[in-house]
Amino acid sequence: MGALQELEGVWHEAKADAQFQLELAGHRHAFIGRPTPLYAANRLSEHFGGAHIHLKREDLCHTGAHKLNNAVGQALLAIRMGKKRVIAETGAGQHGVAVATVCARFGLECAVYMGTEDMRRQSMNVRRMKLLGAEVKEVASGTKTLKDATSEAIRDWVTNVRTTHYIIGSVVGPHPYPEMVRDLQRVIGDEAREQYLSVDGKLPDVVVACVGGGSNAIGMFTAFLDDKDVSLVGVEAAGSGIKTGKHAASLVGGRPGVLHGAFSYLLQDGDGQVLPTHSVSAGLDYPGVGPEHAFLRDLERVDYVAVGDKDAIAAFKLCTRLEGIMPALEPSHALHQAGVIARELGPGGRILVCLSGRGDKDMDSVDEN
Amino acid sequence: MKTETSALEGALRASGDLKLVAYMMAGHPNKKRSLEVGKKLATSGIAALEIGVPFSDPLADGPVIQKAGQTALEHGMTVGASLELAAAIAREGIPIVLMTYINPILAHDPRRFAAEAAQAGVAGVIMPDVPVEESEPVAGWLRSASLDTIFMVAPTTSKERMATICERSSGFVYCVTVTGITGARSELPGGMKEMLGEVKKHTSLPVAAGFGISRPEHMKSLRGNADAAVVGSAIVAEIENGGDAVALVKGLLKACR
Repeated sequence: MGALQELEGVWHEAKADAQFQLELAGHRHAFIGRPTPLYAANRLSEHFGGAHIHLKREDLCHTGAHKLNNAVGQALLAIRMGKKRVIAETGAGQHGVAVATVCARFGLECAVYMGTEDMRRQSMNVRRMKLLGAEVKEVASGTKTLKDATSEAIRDWVTNVRTTHYIIGSVVGPHPYPEMVRDLQRVIGDEAREQYLSVDGKLPDVVVACVGGGSNAIGMFTAFLDDKDVSLVGVEAAGSGIKTGKHAASLVGGRPGVLHGAFSYLLQDGDGQVLPTHSVSAGLDYPGVGPEHAFLRDLERVDYVAVGDKDAIAAFKLCTRLEGIMPALEPSHALHQAGVIARELGPGGRILVCLSGRGDKDMDSVDEN
Repeated sequence: MKTETSALEGALRASGDLKLVAYMMAGHPNKKRSLEVGKKLATSGIAALEIGVPFSDPLADGPVIQKAGQTALEHGMTVGASLELAAAIAREGIPIVLMTYINPILAHDPRRFAAEAAQAGVAGVIMPDVPVEESEPVAGWLRSASLDTIFMVAPTTSKERMATICERSSGFVYCVTVTGITGARSELPGGMKEMLGEVKKHTSLPVAAGFGISRPEHMKSLRGNADAAVVGSAIVAEIENGGDAVALVKGLLKACR
């Protein structure tokens, strides 16, 4: 609790500090490559019956995903707190790579916890982290995926809390993480909203983003929450299908519960034991979800749906062939849903999709399936 | 919080000797053996028995207790069965403290859990993933069922939080002697005596030291500084390896005197 209170205090102080914001903006521009473009996916639009589909190109962020937005901000906080060691958990490896990258950039010691199963299916990212100087700690307990990597990272943090900052990769975990990660990711939606308006002065009808823990989705949605005419759609991973029980859709198929210090929707059995998850995309393979998404679901401000492995892989291939953009499997779930919505809206419909990362890391998974 | 002295508080108050609290995992290595071991531990001379309710994601626990919990779950252990086990062991006349993460309590329905735990003869509950600031209304429901609520103080806890934790605890105050998770350590950290002394300033409840405590020499260094010592992973490892947990406990008890 002490460390969380310290972090909350330091974050609020930094947020209000013009110097900190200036420094963050500088790194966003020169290191991450922001602002990322808004791209008109004309051939996908045509394929899906004529509705306009735009992609927010977070795949063009340095290191290939939106994760770096958060990692840069939290690395600056670690430095501000005088902590020289940083730890992280990772599923798909994109957050791990982002943290290893900022640790290299700022000269911080780095350890990344990753499940055995994820190390297998995301071996390229494991190699990238090691080259960047991070120690990759294999987690062979439990389900050997993101959930257990997160637990192990928390255990490390409570043990080394005096010297170590824990960079959580999503809007999950105890307060202030969900709020802080949202604040660091909202640059996605703030930019996208302005870019979208500048195209022809109107806002999209629907904004779509994939949801695992939910950081890219919150980053995107936050800017549009007050735009009552804009529908927001969060897409979870239905894996082999919600009815099979082999999925990772906490909001669509779970019940309220506590995991990793947050009260939110959770995949669990009747006795409160957390259930194993399944998704072809390692980045969505988490049994919980950010508490703010739970709130937005209960408010009915965001509509949450689930898309399965097969549809996501088909969308991955379609986007690659039609647009020359290879999306990560995570936002491929959102792309599939965008197609469904496009057919409903027809020509004249306006859809914005958060393309949260690029798909090079997923080539083995796509070949396997 | 409570004005009268609870059975747990009375049992843990040091009377020259250091009191010993033993920990075991419900359903480890299986339901039948954990009942046998629990009954034997109950009559071995310990002051109270802490029973862990298995949880899939035990954040505060090291590898030994994690594995024991996983084994128990694989053998079909549930919250209900853990309460039945506690009831059977409580009949030996030992105060029982349940250590359980919050999610199984929430899934079970906290009010029902409180009523059933009280019915089972449980004396108190420790929820390691519930900070005192977030403990209501569950802690209130536990207290309404006459269960003690035990909160934890860690080496990184500020004096302000220490005061709140002591104020809101009943039965005893759990003093985590290391930063980190459960599991036997060869040596206890420096600064432990000062920390126990600081906690004592904030409460008249017994103070129990736990996490990392496993050896007779640890008992000796705690004597006079804490009212009780909690030994967990060392006992669980002994049970896991098919050893004699009672003999281990008796060895530790000798060092308490």
